Amino acid sequence: MNDATRSSEPAMSPDMKALLAPAIDSRSSWRELFILPLAAMFLAMLIGALIMMATSVAPATILQSFIAMAKGSVGSLHAISETLTAAIPLVLAGLGIGLAFRAGLFNIGAEGQMIVGGLAASIASFSITGASIWLHLPLVLLVGLAIGAVYAAIAGLLKAATGAHEVISTIMLNLISIRLLDYMLRQPFIQKEGRSDPISKAVLESAELPRILGFVDANLRLHAGIFVMLAAVAVIYWLLFRSKLGFAFRISGENPGAARYAGIRAGLTIVMAMAIAGALAGLAGAIQVTGVLGRATPGFTAGIGFDAIAVALLGRSHPVGILLAGLLFGALEAGGRQMQVDAGVSIDMISIIQALIIIFVAAPLLVRRIMPFLFPKKPKGGESPEEGADHG
Amino acid sequence: MDIELCGISKSFGPVQANQDINLDIRAGEVLGLLGENGAGKSTLMNILSGLYSADSGEILIDGTPAVFAGPGDSIASGIGMVHQHFMLVPVFSVVENVILGVEPTSGPDFLDLQAARAQVQEINTRYGMEVPTDALIEDLPVGIQQRVEILKVLFRSADVLILDEPTAVLTPQEVEEFFTIVRALRDAGKGIVFITHKLHEILEIADRVSVLRQGRIVGQGDPATFSEADLAEMMVGRPVSFSVGRGESTPGDAVLDLAGVSLYDNAREARLVDINLTVHGGEVVGIAGVQGNGQTELVEVITGLSPVTTGEIGFAGEDMTRASVRQRHRMGIAHIPEDRHKSGMVGKFTVAENMVLNSYYDESVTSGVQIDWQRVHARAAAACLSYDVRTPSVFLGAGSLSGGNQQKMVVARELERDVKLIVASQPTRGVDVGSIEYIHQQLIACRDQGNAVLIISSELDEILDLSDRIYVMFEGRIAAEFDNRGAGADRNAIGLAMAGVRQDFVKVVNRGDAA
Repeated sequence: MNDATRSSEPAMSPDMKALLAPAIDSRSSWRELFILPLAAMFLAMLIGALIMMATSVAPATILQSFIAMAKGSVGSLHAISETLTAAIPLVLAGLGIGLAFRAGLFNIGAEGQMIVGGLAASIASFSITGASIWLHLPLVLLVGLAIGAVYAAIAGLLKAATGAHEVISTIMLNLISIRLLDYMLRQPFIQKEGRSDPISKAVLESAELPRILGFVDANLRLHAGIFVMLAAVAVIYWLLFRSKLGFAFRISGENPGAARYAGIRAGLTIVMAMAIAGALAGLAGAIQVTGVLGRATPGFTAGIGFDAIAVALLGRSHPVGILLAGLLFGALEAGGRQMQVDAGVSIDMISIIQALIIIFVAAPLLVRRIMPFLFPKKPKGGESPEEGADHG
Repeated sequence: MDIELCGISKSFGPVQANQDINLDIRAGEVLGLLGENGAGKSTLMNILSGLYSADSGEILIDGTPAVFAGPGDSIASGIGMVHQHFMLVPVFSVVENVILGVEPTSGPDFLDLQAARAQVQEINTRYGMEVPTDALIEDLPVGIQQRVEILKVLFRSADVLILDEPTAVLTPQEVEEFFTIVRALRDAGKGIVFITHKLHEILEIADRVSVLRQGRIVGQGDPATFSEADLAEMMVGRPVSFSVGRGESTPGDAVLDLAGVSLYDNAREARLVDINLTVHGGEVVGIAGVQGNGQTELVEVITGLSPVTTGEIGFAGEDMTRASVRQRHRMGIAHIPEDRHKSGMVGKFTVAENMVLNSYYDESVTSGVQIDWQRVHARAAAACLSYDVRTPSVFLGAGSLSGGNQQKMVVARELERDVKLIVASQPTRGVDVGSIEYIHQQLIACRDQGNAVLIISSELDEILDLSDRIYVMFEGRIAAEFDNRGAGADRNAIGLAMAGVRQDFVKVVNRGDAA
């Protein structure tokens, strides 16, 4: 179809061919996307080591803990399986947050959207009986997705209708969702029979995400959710960079004045972007329940919705970046557990390292200053120096 | 205090912003600094005010070298900068704004407003500035606000004042008053650097002129020895034609017709009052007026960004009072917005993306819900060529183009389609002379094709140069209408209407017809 339309255009002049040649220095954007996060990670580990030393951990133990981290994240098939399993919800929720970022919205509510999505999915997973997995599982995931979308859309509607800031409203919705979860888990039709603590009935087999490495070893937890995750990366990439809707999102995020000028309806855009973000978070919750946990419990999301904010930041709100950042955080998570086991270093250390990575990524100039050799000066001058001072 | 800049050079990466600049600023003299956007004026003045440090060269103050580590050093040496964009706190009084940061105190750090007021009043009267010292900034007209900025630097005992494009926001009458103040300052022995791109101002006020082009001084001397054409040629590097040489217009049917349009904002304040305005095909209509007299709102109601409170808007015989931005876009209205950075473009997007900023949803560039980027790219490349947008590639971020090229990109996007009406708001703001010439030619070419063109500009010269008819806006009303064909409208009369001197609506008949 593209070929047909292209041939209908007039023949290209050499001037035009020159204009259509790629302009972006692919190496410098590659540096932005890969080298910077890697440098940030290195620096974070370095400072992590210093912190461990400051808390009088022996140098040998520090070394051992980093080895354990590597081993626990990528050192074996089991480790890789754990890394990927941990990455799935982080990437999904991160995609939603990143998409909202692109549209100029700061969605702090992924945690709450995961909770309601996961809760709804768990209810659907045990209350529908007798369905085949081909029908039941997609339905359950869809329920999680839809409820997450609706829940996030509340914050979007509040913003569009009253101007309530989404940061405040999503934080409030997070708190509401936590209490809602506690309440619902005690309801007779949800609570597991014979239990007095809040815990849901188990997910039926027909709604379980199958373990895809089960044929190698039944203990490998990696489940089919990884395909959903990869599909989501592709879909969000398409949405942001190929579709009309995504273009409208990006204009709204980069320059609201230009969006207004282009006739984009701000309110609709806000609600749509929040709903899509919530759909992804809700899906992450549903996948966590049906793929890993097998039931909903209080705090089943374990703060993934918050870590996903960091993933989206680290991935620079780019779907591929978010995928990589999610994998990194998954690895830190899996490696951290091993580190605790092998070296006896607290898993809180991982949180510190994660936080340090975010700080370094959020302050790219700092990394450039510390490690200038990784970032040779761009040959092109970029913006004219007059631009900033003179655009009045 | 005399300042001498010796061999100042400054580069940003490969861009040589200033190259071996020698400049004398003498006490009791107005130095006109002329140059296009991007010529290096701002960089030079930022070096002088301590924001940048020069790569080489030195600044001599009364013969002794000075080193500025920051703006504070420069201010301490007696250099004061009056920025083009005012830096005032609207809800503070004049005195409070003037003393902000250097408050006189008494006792253990108590603010001594009494002493401050006396000092400010003393400066105020010495230079005949007539600023009401206790009024709130937000209640003052722009011309007075500018004087507050001057008070600020004088309060900090500046001996050398740098005035960056000070007349951009003033009416012709305010400019005259402003020049009186500048002369008073000069006669009191202050050195003044007057930055502008308006040639006639240089000829009027400057004692000496220096012309900057591409970071170098390309001409200096006594303005009396130069003509406007000489200065323009030095500034641009080639002969420039000032008037677009528009031929006679042949107005056709009414394309845009506003009948009794009023607009009230959320606070129920009138922004537009009973606007009646017609633009015919084949005609350029100019809206003159000091910024902030309803021009922005007028553009918003015409382009659909704001719904009218009362009144009707007709477009080519149809009623479009309630049409959305997109419907109007489809009906054939092109809109060059007043501030390209705020709404006309997205700096982080590529040139190609910017070319479909407000038409990305159109069937001609989409297939279903997808944007057909290949087609967008080809079309953008073609538009860049036909509208002289100088970019190495359509994939370059629009933010890295020069102001002139950014504006040409916006113009290209708007004029490339089939349109019936072009609403061009400040179409050449912050654009180099060469691009101004080009954009003006394009707008006149649109007129000659039989389209209606509405130009809103705070530059009266631009309005006079392009328009066949001129409306003047004052406080949300059309204050006057002038015919600008033939001999042209009376500049002075327009100036008076801009200042709101004539409250009753006047329609001035064509002096060309009368003759």
